[in-house]
Amino acid sequence: MKDLISITDLSIEELQELIDTAEDIIANPEKYGDKCKRKKLATLFFEPSTRTRLSFEAAMLELGGAVIGFSEASSSSASKGESVADTALTISCYADIIAMRHPKEGAPLVAAKAAGIPVINAGDGGHNHPTQTLTDLLTIYREKGRLNNLKIGFCGDLKFGRTVHSLISAMSRYEGNSFVLISPEELKIPGYIKKDVLIKNEISFVETDNWENLPELDILYMTRVQRERFFNEADYLRLRDVFILTMDKLANAKDDLCIMHPLPRVNEIERAVDSDKRACYFKQVLNGKFIRMALILRLLGIE
Amino acid sequence: MTIDSIINGIVLDHIQVGKSMEIYRVLELSKLDCSVAIIKNVSSKKAGQKDIIKIDSLIDINLDVLGYIDPGITVNIVKNGEIVEKRKLSLPDMVTGVIKCKNPRCITSVEQELPHVFRLTDREKGVYRCIYCEAKAKGEA
Repeated sequence: MKDLISITDLSIEELQELIDTAEDIIANPEKYGDKCKRKKLATLFFEPSTRTRLSFEAAMLELGGAVIGFSEASSSSASKGESVADTALTISCYADIIAMRHPKEGAPLVAAKAAGIPVINAGDGGHNHPTQTLTDLLTIYREKGRLNNLKIGFCGDLKFGRTVHSLISAMSRYEGNSFVLISPEELKIPGYIKKDVLIKNEISFVETDNWENLPELDILYMTRVQRERFFNEADYLRLRDVFILTMDKLANAKDDLCIMHPLPRVNEIERAVDSDKRACYFKQVLNGKFIRMALILRLLGIE
Repeated sequence: MTIDSIINGIVLDHIQVGKSMEIYRVLELSKLDCSVAIIKNVSSKKAGQKDIIKIDSLIDINLDVLGYIDPGITVNIVKNGEIVEKRKLSLPDMVTGVIKCKNPRCITSVEQELPHVFRLTDREKGVYRCIYCEAKAKGEA
């Protein structure tokens, strides 16, 4: 594997290797402090995404490497009309590995084909964001000790949320997982995910617009309802407020429920939930850094 | 209706009725100097009706493109008046520059020089998807 463009580039075995490396990094951070000495990560962010970029940069710095790059297209040569392939070729002369975020779908693949160095897709429009899915998988593994035989609830915007679609696809590859899809009618999961992923692989799932299945869940993945997806403010405000997770609702949930969220959140998880032991979304952020460290090592071929 | 037989050339047989003009266009047969015959609505034992294209020269044909448009076509190579080779087609795994990605969010929509490449993702249903954005190919080539 030279690059990571889509989560489906990784086999189940490769995913497990990355998770194992991340676990080892968490257990023995001192072993990894110099692994990327004199290596440079270029973060090429053609659209801003502070948390993803900082996660990559923190990952590289903790491996003893250095970081170069830009955080928006206006400060890159793309603003002068340079192609993605030319930018990637140029950066290949300076850096050892690239993490790229781009508003257009497929741009990181174009970069990967041109660059002589590994390219990580750090999000291409609404298309792929494989390191978020890796983050989610590591979090589930660390919290539950397994990636199979879990009942996973997704709540909120299941129509546009690409993190939801990728995680459903990724978790569908493991045996015995089932899904509860909680959303208002307008934000239900797209037909192609149902048909091509769930029905095709005979995976059990329920679609609902209420919380009655919450007591059965092992994982609850909350998502943000994004303002920019709506044509009018009234619809946004109405739907945004429909599915809010509160301490009251959690009264019926399992004691070892793992509550996740890709962040940032708006109001879909009440602040009081943050101090509940079942809230895992800030641990998830930290896991994001560890799995990116594991990924950088893997793509650079460093043991 | 009579059309001269070919001495050295290519006969595209068993074309789905109505597809011959599309093939003529996509293979850019209008640029050839030799005789080209498009025969439409020919009776066929197998399909009821079919189209045929006869090309009076041994040109290089992009079989991937042809397979994408109509995998049922038989390509007959004729030398000295005899059929020396019959090639069956199948859906190609990848086609370049044949299908245009129409997804406005795809990188190909802003970078004009990028080749439009589609990969066969479901052979049974003949589904092709853009390698960049994974949008499904729609309509004709």
